[in-house]
Amino acid sequence: MFAYLIRRILYIIPISFGVTVLVFALVHMAPGDPLSAVVPPDAPEEMVQELKKAYGFDKPLPIQYATWLGRILVGDLGVSIARSRYVTDELAVAVPNTFILAAGGTLLGFTLGAFFGGVAGYFQGRWIDKLATGIAITGISVPHYWLAIVLVIIFSVEMNVLPSIGMGPGGSTAWQWNAENLKHLVLPVITLAVIPMGIITRTVRATVAEILNQEFVQALHAKGLLNQQVLMHVIKNAAPTMLSVMGLQLGYLLGGSILVETVFQWPGTGLLLNSAIFERDLPLLQGTILILAMFFVLLNFLVDIVQTAIDPRMARG
Amino acid sequence: MKSIRERLRRHLPRIIAATAAVAVIAGSLTVSNTARAGGTLRVGMTAADIPLSWGQPDQGFEGFRFMGLMLYDGLINWDMSSADKASGLIPGLAESWTVNAKDKTKWIFKLRQGAKFHDGSEFDADAVLWNFDKLFDKSVPQYSARQGSLVNFRISSVAYDSASNAKGWKKIDKYTVEFTTKSPDSFFPYQISYILMSSPAQFDKTGKDWKQFAKNPSGTGPWKLVKLVPRERAEFVPFKEHWDPTRQPKLDKVITLPIPDPNARTAALLSGQVDWIEAPSPDAIPKLKERGMVVSSNLYPHIWSWHLSRVEGSPWNDIRVRKAANLAIDRAGVKALLGGYAIEAKGHVSPGDPWFGTPSFVLRYDPAAAKKLLKEAGHGPNNPIKVKIMISASGSGQMLPLPMNEYIQQNLKEVGIDVDFQVMEWQSLLGRWRAGAKAAQAKGTNGINVSYTTQDPFSGFTRFLRCDLHAPGGVNWGYHCNKEIDELLNKASLAFDSKERDKWIAKLHTLEVDQALFIWVVHDVAPRGMTTKVKGFVQARNWFQSLTPVYME
Repeated sequence: MFAYLIRRILYIIPISFGVTVLVFALVHMAPGDPLSAVVPPDAPEEMVQELKKAYGFDKPLPIQYATWLGRILVGDLGVSIARSRYVTDELAVAVPNTFILAAGGTLLGFTLGAFFGGVAGYFQGRWIDKLATGIAITGISVPHYWLAIVLVIIFSVEMNVLPSIGMGPGGSTAWQWNAENLKHLVLPVITLAVIPMGIITRTVRATVAEILNQEFVQALHAKGLLNQQVLMHVIKNAAPTMLSVMGLQLGYLLGGSILVETVFQWPGTGLLLNSAIFERDLPLLQGTILILAMFFVLLNFLVDIVQTAIDPRMARG
Repeated sequence: MKSIRERLRRHLPRIIAATAAVAVIAGSLTVSNTARAGGTLRVGMTAADIPLSWGQPDQGFEGFRFMGLMLYDGLINWDMSSADKASGLIPGLAESWTVNAKDKTKWIFKLRQGAKFHDGSEFDADAVLWNFDKLFDKSVPQYSARQGSLVNFRISSVAYDSASNAKGWKKIDKYTVEFTTKSPDSFFPYQISYILMSSPAQFDKTGKDWKQFAKNPSGTGPWKLVKLVPRERAEFVPFKEHWDPTRQPKLDKVITLPIPDPNARTAALLSGQVDWIEAPSPDAIPKLKERGMVVSSNLYPHIWSWHLSRVEGSPWNDIRVRKAANLAIDRAGVKALLGGYAIEAKGHVSPGDPWFGTPSFVLRYDPAAAKKLLKEAGHGPNNPIKVKIMISASGSGQMLPLPMNEYIQQNLKEVGIDVDFQVMEWQSLLGRWRAGAKAAQAKGTNGINVSYTTQDPFSGFTRFLRCDLHAPGGVNWGYHCNKEIDELLNKASLAFDSKERDKWIAKLHTLEVDQALFIWVVHDVAPRGMTTKVKGFVQARNWFQSLTPVYME
């Protein structure tokens, strides 16, 4: 286990390096001038060139990459061109906000998904299986932004019972775990939970159905174990798959759903990315994508470790 | 296994009931629409972020509206007190300004005495020089290339030589400043109105760091910034020591919230999260009215048009084609498409404008006349003209670009002009606008759809029409060049009497319309949705607006 842990940690180094190369390359491959969105179109060319020099965009790309890499190694992600604020400050505000949303979405999605998936697996082929599977397919198929808009129309515009934007009456800086702020969480969390719910339902259903057909389940029954005890074995065998899927889903949600955060004006990483894309704010875009990618890498690492702890056979691979 | 299924079957209704109960509890948490302090106005802006707060704002004129002119004053301000007349220039931090009768490149600005910055420091001539140095002089600690990039193009006539650092601004005494322009330029007062005065003392207090200054800004404007949360909100309270008692805010607080999506803005207003939204989409306006909201609108200096390429080979080089296109557009139909929230264009500016003049070419919907002109030019339904126009899917001031352009496309098709669109994202379009019609990015296109301000002579006319202001030196995108127009522009910029200046600009506009230099469609009327509790707002005929007379009932 220890050797596996060390090996897995060492994997992170080249992966992280690869992530920086990819992030930098992708951001710079995208068409458009990095200053086009922040400098007024009428601004004289010499002013544009001066700003390019000030931000280092006049240098060859390998030099720009090396400079950026050198800075991120000491924790400096640069300064947003459009906003003239430190990227780390921007992320320090946005990441916790997205985490609140992602945690809520994952929790709701996982709970509902595990429940529907478990029920569907146990009652395979029955009406309840079809119902749960139908809900799962709907969850996967419904576009996020469409659902978000529909929820806003129903609950905010027509019924006027839930807020449509923001993190609370005082914004994220005044966030507290009270009813007034939690109301702002309801619609975005439901919207975000729908896809993980669908994916987890289908995964859990398939896993439970497969496990129930395995010989060891018959053997457990033959040994005289109670059904509850057999169920525990089924859950334990299904857990690594469930965890793996949940980890991936949490990773996706931590990445911040650009569309959901934009519709609900939730000040997280999705909204940050949205504005960085529209403003061609390369330092902000690079920094945000890098941090989100690193979250993903770390989450995968943690999921691998937890899976291995649950099922030591995995360490052998 | 059977008993597990039975148990599940037995417990399933309870589980479903519990889930439903959670949903009901969540739903029962009703939104409190009254949980705000009295006298607080919450504004949903179209900007994606809070505009920069350090002096010169970004986010275009919305940045000026909801940050720049709230925190700061210019030496010359805009009169935003009337909804019924064109908004002109009025004294700001300068009480008066006069051009030197002998040397018309010299301007004397007499400054207001007793004006204070929010930090308590005094505004004087040194502060004016400091602020101009901030924009131009790279050797001073307060120099900000970013701020300069946001506004220097608007004050292109002020003299400054970067090589020798010779400046066109100097202190005469504590309350007098002299400016020098590169050449005599009567548009200078308009240009200087965009330069906002930040506090030198506050810059020192914030460690000579503009990033820190932006967090605790200090100007002389009627509002003070008390809270700024990036991408979320800015909160303003009245600056009680403001030099102009007539602009003392009536509200206790203003909160501005960036909500770029029009549907999200509308939902926020209807769900009681904001009291005021900028630019609701036209199809949402009936809903707003149905729910008892007020929709405010007024003419302002804006034109939605197609800017035409005049490079060699462009079909628009034939005046008959330009006139035909202008006659083929059903502007009333476009206005109806916009829910009535537009004014049909008769030129670059509207007929009530002092710059309108007396054009003989009347923009009207006359497809028969359009077809006749095209026939004279050798075209018709069997031999259509083919043009390609660059348009955006959205963008500041662009109204509803896709449906509007498609409507026009159909109008033009009916008279024998086949239009193809190159649709792109707003910033990409602006990039192409800056590059000009001869740039590689514009190859194969004959026009660009960017809506324009006509707030001041330079923004409305000079930058598009002067022969020498094509790329990269300006945004005469189409490389239009007419010596007669250049001459009129020169005369206007040499006319230091405002009536005489208006007369020359009116002549210029007359020629512009008679030559059909653009395809003009509509003027926006800047609809704003607000609750009935918002009182006192006067929607000036300006891109900028004042919140100082507003109060909450």
